[in-house]
Amino acid sequence: MRKISYREALREGLSEEIERDKNVFIIGEEVAQYNGAYKVTEGMLAKYGEKRIVDTPISEAGFIGMGIGASMMGLRPVMELMFFSFAYVAWDQMINNASSMRYMSGGKIYCPIVIRGPANAGTNVGATHSHTPENAIANVPGLKVVCPATAYDAKGLIKSAIRDNDPVYFMENTLLYGEPWEVPEEEYLVPIGSADVKRVGKDLTIVAHGRCVIIALKAAELLQAEHDLDVEVVDLRSIRPLDEETICNSVRKTHRALLVEENKPFCGVGAQISHLIQEKCFDDLDAPVKRLSAIDAPAIYSDPLEKIQVPNVDRIIKAALSVG
Amino acid sequence: MRSASLDISHTAPTGSFDQHPINKKLKAEEKIKLLYEMIRIRKFEERALQAYNGGNIGGFLHPYIGQESVAVGSISVCEKNDHVITAYRDHGHALMSGMSMNECMAELYGKATGCSKGKGGSMHFFAPEKNYWGGHGIVGGQTPLGLGLAFALKYKGIKGAALCYLGDGAVNQGAFHESLNLASLWSLPIIYIIENNGYSMGTSLARSSAFREYLAKRAEAYDMDWAHSMGHDVFEVRASVQTALDRAHNHSRPTLLEISTYRYRGHSVADSNAEKYRSKAEIEDYKTNKDPITVFKQKLIDQGILTEETFEKIDQKAKAESEAAVKFAAESPYPSIESIREDVYWETDQPDGRTTQGRIFFNDEIP
Repeated sequence: MRKISYREALREGLSEEIERDKNVFIIGEEVAQYNGAYKVTEGMLAKYGEKRIVDTPISEAGFIGMGIGASMMGLRPVMELMFFSFAYVAWDQMINNASSMRYMSGGKIYCPIVIRGPANAGTNVGATHSHTPENAIANVPGLKVVCPATAYDAKGLIKSAIRDNDPVYFMENTLLYGEPWEVPEEEYLVPIGSADVKRVGKDLTIVAHGRCVIIALKAAELLQAEHDLDVEVVDLRSIRPLDEETICNSVRKTHRALLVEENKPFCGVGAQISHLIQEKCFDDLDAPVKRLSAIDAPAIYSDPLEKIQVPNVDRIIKAALSVG
Repeated sequence: MRSASLDISHTAPTGSFDQHPINKKLKAEEKIKLLYEMIRIRKFEERALQAYNGGNIGGFLHPYIGQESVAVGSISVCEKNDHVITAYRDHGHALMSGMSMNECMAELYGKATGCSKGKGGSMHFFAPEKNYWGGHGIVGGQTPLGLGLAFALKYKGIKGAALCYLGDGAVNQGAFHESLNLASLWSLPIIYIIENNGYSMGTSLARSSAFREYLAKRAEAYDMDWAHSMGHDVFEVRASVQTALDRAHNHSRPTLLEISTYRYRGHSVADSNAEKYRSKAEIEDYKTNKDPITVFKQKLIDQGILTEETFEKIDQKAKAESEAAVKFAAESPYPSIESIREDVYWETDQPDGRTTQGRIFFNDEIP
């Protein structure tokens, strides 16, 4: 099968949906003339024109609030945040308005929006550009959160997100944009809320999302080769809704769990999953559930230190071996 | 506090607003209807305040009393593709958009029969089927949403406009300025209407705006047309909004409109300082000389259109409607516990509409 990059897969998904539905348009900073700050939308202005690919000033609260308003009237904006860290200047729109509009109107309104962009650290850009707010956003009823790790999932999930009638916050990773993966030529969707077992194993379950899945897969190979530990890697793909069944099925098989995320530890995604495992798989566990998160401080600038602050292969191996 | 040398070229047409074509064309019964709509809003709120003080309504309640001519005048000139969105002082806009007193009062009571099934409250009335998009609680938070309504109209090629209301307290919020910039940059058919009642909660304009001239003049920074009008005359409101609507409909250009008005009550029912940050004389002066209902009533009497008997009749009719609404609200059931988790996601509300998988709500136990 052909291999294309995560970035190209996203572009294919976006393009297919733009061609499928006249109400879909892309809006954001540098998405059109500049061809995208991370080139996800490269070539799309030339192909689809300025009605469908809309450049905005640096004005996140303004254009995201505008997109929410437009979605109330039936449009389907796909709004790009150059970094998800910039969500905070649009927080009132993204949290208060997008999540509550349907509720406060007693179900008279729905907001079919997608807000997408990279949400990751590890790129040597300092704390303000390295936030991973998937846990904070998933805390808000009314919103959906997805974090694809591969090009295949990115394409299938962006298409599902655009077709979804609820707000979907779609978190990518700048370190994954260039990563190739097998992606079929024919059209497909990946349903939101379905996890994927990316590696089958019997000794330990690693649950991860986003780029941590890729790191966990590398760590799993080394754990197999050097420590004879057969690791199963569960890729969440979606944070809310959450595929609890796939997580629990894996833990019931391996009896051990390590939860890996780039998020900070306090109330991170792993905290929710840890609660799930103790509630649903208490008698299946042979050891306490372990969590591996970013070291609990703002993202450090210094490059060699930041590579240690976020989960890496060495930290995952060490954590995996520490699960009793 | 205003500059003595205001540029009146930007203000609404001067002279008798009675002679403006949009008002001149009104039949006698249409003029009486305008008066009735203002009375209807006032009676609704007076009755709601009673219910609040009687302990039947909780939370925030921001009365519009004194400002009725703004919602009535502006919405009365709207056409079928014009849309309305406002902030939390929203009862007047909701009723004028065609919402019933029953659904609005029941919402204040937190009942299942409320317009938002008891999930929104005073600040969050909605009726999208009547082109009324809320009711928004965060100061300035509705201003980009209004922009989205206008964007969608233009995107779909529909000749219409969005009327987005805000208070004078919202003009210093960042989202509002972002919205003004985008509105003008993209030539969107929106009318921002600042209902300037002089106070953002307890803070007077003099203490909140560094700019000493008309608030609407800030539009010049965004190359946007603006105007100022006096709000106590419903005919003046209609005339100035019509000018802005023509601009939106025919040229897809935005307008920032400032309408001077006044609220008699506090910022909300809970505002115990309503007579401390302003003088009693100030409130009395407005009530006596510029009350929009009294002013318009007198105008219609002077024109020979209205008699005291007719006024009494419509006044009683509105009062009776508000009484009936209280009865309806009081007798309505509260929402069910199950309904707490309804209307959260579109897809979980559809019997066969689920497209995603996995768990979407996360309580271990619910009552």
